[in-house]
Amino acid sequence: MGSGASNPHRFTFQNAEKAFKAAALIQRWFRRCMARLEMRRHCTWSIFQSIEYAGQQDQVKLHDFFSYLVDHFTPSSHNERDLLNRMFTEERSPQDPEMENCSDYESVQVPDSYTGPHLSFPLLREHAIALVEAFRLRQRLHARYVLNLLHEARKHLIQLPNINHVSTCYSEEITVCGDLHGQLDDLILIFYKNGLPSPERAYVFNGDFVDRGKDSVDVLMVLFAFMLVYPKEFHLNRGNHEDHAVNLRYGFTKEVMQKYKIHGKKILKILQDVFCWLPLATLVDEKVLILHGGVSDMTDLELLAKLDRHKIVSTLRYKTRKENKKQAEEKRKANQTGSAGSPSPWFLPQSRSLPSSPLRPSAHSAHRAGRSSSVPCSVPLDPKELSRRVRRSVDLELERCRQQAGVPVISEEEEPEPSASEADSDAQGRPEPSQEEWRQVVDILWSDPMAQEGCRANTVRGGGCYFGPNVTEALLQKYNLQLLIRSHECKPEGYEFCHGRKVLTIFSASNYYEVGSNRGAYVKLGPALIPHIVQFQANKATHTLTTRQRISRVEESALTALRAKLFAHSSDLLAEFKKHDQDNTGLIAPSDWAAAVESVLRLGLPWRLLRPQLVNSLPDDKLEYKSWLGTLAQKQPSHQNIQSSLLEVLYRNRSNLETIFRIIDSDHSGFISLDEFRQTWKLFSCHMKADVTDDCVCDLARSIDFNRDGRIDINEFLEAFRLVGQSCSKADGSACPGATSTNSGDCGRSGAHQ
Amino acid sequence: MADDRDREEIAVAEFHKKIKEAFEVFDHESNNTVDVREIGTIIRSLGCCPSEGDLHDLIAEIEEEEPTGYIRYEKFLPVMTEVLLERRYRPIPEDVLLRAFEVLDPAKRGFLTKEELIKYMTEEGEPFSQEEMEEMLSAAIDPESNSVHYKDYITMMVIDEN
Repeated sequence: MGSGASNPHRFTFQNAEKAFKAAALIQRWFRRCMARLEMRRHCTWSIFQSIEYAGQQDQVKLHDFFSYLVDHFTPSSHNERDLLNRMFTEERSPQDPEMENCSDYESVQVPDSYTGPHLSFPLLREHAIALVEAFRLRQRLHARYVLNLLHEARKHLIQLPNINHVSTCYSEEITVCGDLHGQLDDLILIFYKNGLPSPERAYVFNGDFVDRGKDSVDVLMVLFAFMLVYPKEFHLNRGNHEDHAVNLRYGFTKEVMQKYKIHGKKILKILQDVFCWLPLATLVDEKVLILHGGVSDMTDLELLAKLDRHKIVSTLRYKTRKENKKQAEEKRKANQTGSAGSPSPWFLPQSRSLPSSPLRPSAHSAHRAGRSSSVPCSVPLDPKELSRRVRRSVDLELERCRQQAGVPVISEEEEPEPSASEADSDAQGRPEPSQEEWRQVVDILWSDPMAQEGCRANTVRGGGCYFGPNVTEALLQKYNLQLLIRSHECKPEGYEFCHGRKVLTIFSASNYYEVGSNRGAYVKLGPALIPHIVQFQANKATHTLTTRQRISRVEESALTALRAKLFAHSSDLLAEFKKHDQDNTGLIAPSDWAAAVESVLRLGLPWRLLRPQLVNSLPDDKLEYKSWLGTLAQKQPSHQNIQSSLLEVLYRNRSNLETIFRIIDSDHSGFISLDEFRQTWKLFSCHMKADVTDDCVCDLARSIDFNRDGRIDINEFLEAFRLVGQSCSKADGSACPGATSTNSGDCGRSGAHQ
Repeated sequence: MADDRDREEIAVAEFHKKIKEAFEVFDHESNNTVDVREIGTIIRSLGCCPSEGDLHDLIAEIEEEEPTGYIRYEKFLPVMTEVLLERRYRPIPEDVLLRAFEVLDPAKRGFLTKEELIKYMTEEGEPFSQEEMEEMLSAAIDPESNSVHYKDYITMMVIDEN
């Protein structure tokens, strides 16, 4: 004691002992505080991951719904038939020759009033740098330049092999980045920290450049720009989000249409093609394999190198083009689905066309696997079983709905025969990929590593597999490799090694779930190929916060999302609580509360640990559940006109509803007709067994049609009910009004307004 | 008597559920094991406030005979249930905590300087690691006076807990 401080006291032996004990006590208390903080951090992460998982299951439900419609639904009216056609028939993609002579961009005029960046080709380094700077200043690139850039990008990508071979002889170092998901701030931060691309500084971006974040267009343009400037040193791999079908659900399509109202459709069309031309993997010095998802025990690099990657338009579907009725008939007969009449839906999951996976089905409780990113195909089920299951649960419902609605039965009109030219051009279309080729690509874009040995179907994502350390080992040995670098999953530290450090997950979208939720990272490889990780986090605000504050902030976001989910199931929760309260006391014990909540929500969360944050009563006290549900409702946006059960259904199914609306809005106008809205809703709510009256829906529809023109603006509809997690960014860059709560939507993630 | 036994059974059943929940948060491979380094966090988040010494003793009880670095659930559950039943390692009441700070501040100034805090926390009791010290300083230090007004600090931390 008695350091340089001006404290004249001398401690007697007794005092020394007292001080020792006091210090010990304070330390003991502090360590407990830290432990509890740590637990809260883990719980928060679990919440985000489980909500994301639940969102993926939504996609499965959606496929169930569409499968049902395809198999069993007989349109009983003109309108219903039209609606189904809109849902199930993809627009024809233009032929390749049409793409080549692309007067697409040449016809687009850039007005004098345009103040954004100008591009000229061939692109030079200065252009790319200026582009980054322009985006940083929130400028927008004119559609003409976007189209031009995409056109040039496509020309370059076509020449590349499926597996890019890269050597560290030329560039001294290679930097590998993971998912960016439209987060421009992270890309800029990477270039700032690590340096801009150059002949000495090679980059590999490992897929998932778009979706979820708000600057997907910007990110993509920057990446393509640098790719054109440094074609030998700047490499891109395809991710599962470089896929127009996935973009429909996860925000990229919407972003393009919002930013490019006139030319958005054109841009989306060419993008669809450009995505297919992205290479599938990169191999560094023949030793380090870089691909987006993972591998399976069937992964065959030779096959992957040889296949025509352009044939794989989307990993969410097997078919590549709209088939005319005849082709569809033939295919269906071959597949034995036994359905009649309507064309085959283009977005139906692989399971309808492929035999079930040779991999063992998962017995493992999927929701604790903690999967993070996006959308799967449906669970691989035998199509007949699927039909049977769906039929059983919905057939009667639909009949009942129809009778209630008094829908008259109109005899089906014959579908007009497709014109001869249509039939011809389809026949000239690309050949289909083989099942095996398709499966190989799905595996490398969707798979996730797992700790256990073996290889089994990835039931959470619905495609690809979970691969164990032995699978990795076998692959590395077979191809004489030393490391597998992949992305696809969000990690708290931005990276994670597994399988004895033979697999490295690298994820470059920091603050992915919420500001402060996770770091981003990139990895550098020198000639010795030793991975050197660099972490970062975009957002200065978090640096000034203490750990406690940072965790609290992220936690609050997660809890808000969780409360929204609880609210969305209010009726079911009430019913479940009542089961535990036979004496009708209005109270429920904590243990029963936890059991009830889990049985309704099925999120696999540690409810007892979370309870203090969700419930405002003492830990051992019984809860007045009705008033608790009431407080949940209060925290949600209020809509007096809307029946509360309708609101619940909306909340529960928002991401599927959005997806359906966007599918129906086939010309991407952002509008669907009132009639279509009502019909869709009717079909959907019957299938989902939603207890909603027709009148309610009509009222809802009319209340959304703000300008009374018989059309509904999809975005306005979704935003009116805060059904979108991420804010829309209006054309002028202003944020959505009133969106202060952060709902982690199933189709987006929670994002606080910056 | 029968009632007491029932009550204990119910209590034990509830403890088991709580313990399982907390354990599973760290069971990353879903094979009923957790890294031994996470055990402290798990035990503390179940409401206990053991010292480092207490923790070492507990771990010795639940570790394998040949320590593997992992703790199995089967061994953890019974030991942790006992701990909860016996209400061992109770949390520290606010006033006791305050008195502890006051012991270190015999002049009753109402604060400790940064240097004093560092010295006590890193040299006395069960010393902090550098990381722990930095963590405490980041939240406790009032940047203007470069000291810890411990009464306010305690209040702030306690509010946050609830």
